[in-house]
Amino acid sequence: MNPVLRKLARDVPAMIGLAIVLVVVLIAILGPWLAPYPGDATASHLLRRLKPPTMAFPFGTDNLGRDIYSRVILGARGALQVAMAVVGLAMAIGIPLGLLAGYRNGFFSELIMRVCDVVLAIPQLILALALAQMMGPSLQSAMLALSLTYWPFFTRIVYADARRLRESLFVDALHGIGAGTGRIVFLHILPNAISPIIVRATIGLGFTILTAAVLGFLGMGATPPAPDWGLTIAQSRLYLPDAWWYALYPGLAILLTVMGFNLLGDGLRDLVDPRLRRSR
Amino acid sequence: MTRFLLLRVGTAIPSLIGLLVLTFLLIHAVPSDPAVSLAGDAATPAQIAAIRHQYGFDLPLWRQFLAYAWKALHFDFGESAFSHRAVSLDIAQRLPATLELVIASLVLSVGIGIPLGVFSALRHNQWPDFLLRIVSVAGVAVAAFWVAIMLQLYFSMRLGWFPLRGELSPDMAPPLRITGSVILDSLLTGRFDAFGNALSHLVLPAVTLSLGGMSGIVRFTRAGMLETLQQDFVAYERAMGYPSGRLIWRYVLRNSVTATVTQIGLLFGGLIAGGVVVESIYDWPGVGNYTVQAILTGDRQVMLAVTLMIGVIYTIVNILTDLVQGLIDPRLLRRA
Amino acid sequence: MIPILEVAGLKVSIRTDAGPARILDDVGLTLRKGRVLGVVGESGCGKSTLIRAILGILPRGGAVDAGTIQFEGENLLVFTEAEMVERIRGRRIGFIPQDPLLSLNPVFKVGTQMLEVMRRHAEGTRRDHVARLVSLLKRLRVPSPEAALERYPHQFSGGQRQRLLIAAALACQPGLVIADEPTTALDVTTQHEILLLLRELVDEFDLSLLFVTHDLGVVAELCDDITVIYAGQTVEAGPVAPVLRTPGHPYTRALIGCHPERATSFVGIPGSVPPATRMPPGCRFAPRCAEAETICGANLPAQAPGQDGVLVRCIHAP
Repeated sequence: MNPVLRKLARDVPAMIGLAIVLVVVLIAILGPWLAPYPGDATASHLLRRLKPPTMAFPFGTDNLGRDIYSRVILGARGALQVAMAVVGLAMAIGIPLGLLAGYRNGFFSELIMRVCDVVLAIPQLILALALAQMMGPSLQSAMLALSLTYWPFFTRIVYADARRLRESLFVDALHGIGAGTGRIVFLHILPNAISPIIVRATIGLGFTILTAAVLGFLGMGATPPAPDWGLTIAQSRLYLPDAWWYALYPGLAILLTVMGFNLLGDGLRDLVDPRLRRSR
Repeated sequence: MTRFLLLRVGTAIPSLIGLLVLTFLLIHAVPSDPAVSLAGDAATPAQIAAIRHQYGFDLPLWRQFLAYAWKALHFDFGESAFSHRAVSLDIAQRLPATLELVIASLVLSVGIGIPLGVFSALRHNQWPDFLLRIVSVAGVAVAAFWVAIMLQLYFSMRLGWFPLRGELSPDMAPPLRITGSVILDSLLTGRFDAFGNALSHLVLPAVTLSLGGMSGIVRFTRAGMLETLQQDFVAYERAMGYPSGRLIWRYVLRNSVTATVTQIGLLFGGLIAGGVVVESIYDWPGVGNYTVQAILTGDRQVMLAVTLMIGVIYTIVNILTDLVQGLIDPRLLRRA
Repeated sequence: MIPILEVAGLKVSIRTDAGPARILDDVGLTLRKGRVLGVVGESGCGKSTLIRAILGILPRGGAVDAGTIQFEGENLLVFTEAEMVERIRGRRIGFIPQDPLLSLNPVFKVGTQMLEVMRRHAEGTRRDHVARLVSLLKRLRVPSPEAALERYPHQFSGGQRQRLLIAAALACQPGLVIADEPTTALDVTTQHEILLLLRELVDEFDLSLLFVTHDLGVVAELCDDITVIYAGQTVEAGPVAPVLRTPGHPYTRALIGCHPERATSFVGIPGSVPPATRMPPGCRFAPRCAEAETICGANLPAQAPGQDGVLVRCIHAP
């Protein structure tokens, strides 16, 4: 086995994280087959409203009589889809800008990096909320808002690597044999920045699930009857303190999923960043 | 020192201008006509045109920006569509409560986070360290709004230890408003009944808000301690008979907290942002709660003002962070 | 004359991933009062572990398995950590570290650090302490001593910092000072100044000095006695003059051959110190020794007294 992977395999917290992530991904893919009541994504059964957890409904039922266990399972797909779309779009914006700013000098590079500074100077949640609000509350604007506030992280990473490599001998050599800028940047510089990008993307997936849940909770994301975790917790508030299970389990799902990505991301970062590796 | 401060303030000015541009673009990049939403659904085209002219929406973009910047510099953010009062007045009134909550959370995060981080480092790779690592990841991974609800469920509704919401019981006469913070005002006016009441209201929100930051501080302190403990001077200090308590808590810790101080700086902005949700759940009369109302009612002036305010606070805190780092490690001041 | 420090049969092991490693395996040394003892060996032979064992600051996983460390008539090995802090370190044994650039805490004023040692270990008030530090720094020719105490380590040169560390070692008037290669990190001129200074201080402050180094030239210049260590064992010990004139152990001879001023060739000692987990069964130097015979690889010789009070661990010793 590759020595880097072997080192990762010995990191117990990272392996716990990987296991959680794999389980969540499986649940997201197989959700409709795993959930005991897959129809409860949308259906309602008013006769069995707000039942506490039992064998038939391990996490209880909600105010419309839907099985919360099924809805927590079904919510995984949406959470992962949103996170992947957001991080994917943020990478699609951030990485080319970072390559450009790092590889070229001049006004445009300077501008890109200043914009990064300003965007990063405001907590992501606030900026995303403002942006989503301006665009009109919907799941699409929430996702777009999250991407538009997350890309600078990728730009900064790629910028640093592009700057470093631009001065290196092998890029000179590539110029010497007549390679074009686009080719050098995408085929030779980008692969060198790939590990910090993977680390940031992993942590970003967890972070986005959390922020998206906040947006959902505030009614700025998913809309009923979607089995969104954040939205479910918001809906549960009317039925507290009696229906405690209504709020408890979706929150645990968020906690575990985000923890999985964070533990895995931390483990990967320890591999990539030797300075931190030493202190672990 | 003065030179360092001036230099640092100088570099902050472009960021502040950028912040103005960004918030300005936020309004204008959106493909909806602000005049239409201001005028309301029933407005005639003539009314819309009048409003457009009145607010200057028909001027060239750069003139609109200058007008916006000029107003922002004078703390003029227009009127809230929700409360029909000046936004800056609304914010000024709510800011003390938010600062009270943020500072209480900060004190909790730092006061508990740093000792836990030191403890974790001293037990490096033993089970307390392992446990703290997992718990600190959980602290960042948990949704604050969910924690808030769970704490309310258990500690207020079931056990009845702490009040459910607000910053003072409805039947408690508020102290004379001096600073705007109920805790401070009740102390200043000698109203100890109100002080106790306010303190018990503060506990749950502050604990909720402090969790994420505490985790970050534990992690950074731990990493800093582990790095410092390997330094030659620690071995030297042991060899020269420094008592172990003072060695760890004074001589090693001060070398380890520079990264933690950065973290505390970042935390301040994060706490204000996190406070948005936490304040609304605990019905805390601060800026965050106000922001949530603005979000729900689509009050753009308020959203913009809050975004700008947080950006400015963030920039100021960053400068202060650099300054504190310089005071801790004098080598940094010279390098700057 | 009674020795101020006597280490005998010291065995120290440190836990590693590959099991316990015997870093020190039968080390002995004797430092008499008012003398300067040089402890010499290549890097990796256990010099720093020896110092750490004496001061009771072995790294985590390290333990003394056998032997005694007698200091002013007391066995330091029976002291608890608290007693070592309270009664020994900094107070009765001063320490001068190897690297003056890395051994001062960068975020505290020099004065704060030196006073921390005295706060716990020296008689008198803070004012007395400051006065003593100022007079020590004056003696050590540190310019403007009062101001120096208010400055941070990075504001001093390497040689100045080593003087500060020497002053700190002497601050509580200890009987014994241990110096761990204190001149290695300095340039040659400064190195010579510091050595001269140390020699003066030994007489002036009635000190005994344990000086650890890999440099025989330094030993010749500074020390009265010498103890040579190889692979965790004492191989030769005695007064400096006879040992350097007629070295009894092949390792000592090889070290002398390596010294730049005396070297006959640029060839060092072939090979390197064996790792503690893979020690040869017989004489530890045998694999690198030019004079080794078959028997050297089988039996570990004991230390035998030779001429002029010199102890040698070699079957060829006269």
